[in-house]
Amino acid sequence: MRLSCPCCGPRDRREFTYYGAADYLDRPAPDAGLDAWDSYLHLRDNPAGPTRDLWYHDPCQSWLQVERDTVTHAIHSVAPVAGRRA
Amino acid sequence: MIDLTTTTAFTGLPLTIGRVTLTAFDPGPVTSVAPYPGRDLSRALAPLAFPQPGAISEAAGLRLVWAGRDLAFLMGGPAPDLTGLAATTDQTDGWAWLTLAGRDAVAVLARLCPLDLRAAAFPPGRSARSLVGHMQAIVIRTGPEAFELAVFRSMAGSLLHDLTGAMRGVAARRAL
Repeated sequence: MRLSCPCCGPRDRREFTYYGAADYLDRPAPDAGLDAWDSYLHLRDNPAGPTRDLWYHDPCQSWLQVERDTVTHAIHSVAPVAGRRA
Repeated sequence: MIDLTTTTAFTGLPLTIGRVTLTAFDPGPVTSVAPYPGRDLSRALAPLAFPQPGAISEAAGLRLVWAGRDLAFLMGGPAPDLTGLAATTDQTDGWAWLTLAGRDAVAVLARLCPLDLRAAAFPPGRSARSLVGHMQAIVIRTGPEAFELAVFRSMAGSLLHDLTGAMRGVAARRAL
């Protein structure tokens, strides 16, 4: 498996660390209520098909949002998390 | 200020096994330069330029080497005053540097580093952050068969151990 770091170009899987679902990027407001926070912290989909993950490229210290397919193992896109909310 | 004598982090260098030689080297003062968002460093850094990913800017005996996202290492001399423009940190004693050179240098490094080391993908004059063994490293290609490697200084012994093993392996295959 290879991911294309927006900074470094295509790199080997060994250079990356998986963090979890990209849901972590959508943090609810502090007063959003228990259900929203419970969902944010604990509830994850387990899709067969397209999914969005967070990965960290350790060598260049970039957080990345990766769209990939859990059925075909295709990597659809790799985008930097930095600058998402400028 | 007392001028302390620099000592290398490695023992037993230079070391030649087969067609590859490892040599410790002193890059001089090393300062990390991390620009604050939206600041223009071009005037403060001139004649150097803040490098694009993988690039090295070189002028007047100084090198500004790309070392990560929004990060470069200034090597070979003191950093200019970048107050208000960038965060600068002295890295001189934080990293251990060595050169890996010789006709089998690519074969040795390829055993430890997942980078594409072909000259078309990683030509001389480029830098990369990658892994060497299990260690985060800075890899600079200085020639077709010459690299500069840096790891955290505390890992110097592990780097030497890993490289020595790879050099022995490549030399053993050559001897078959």
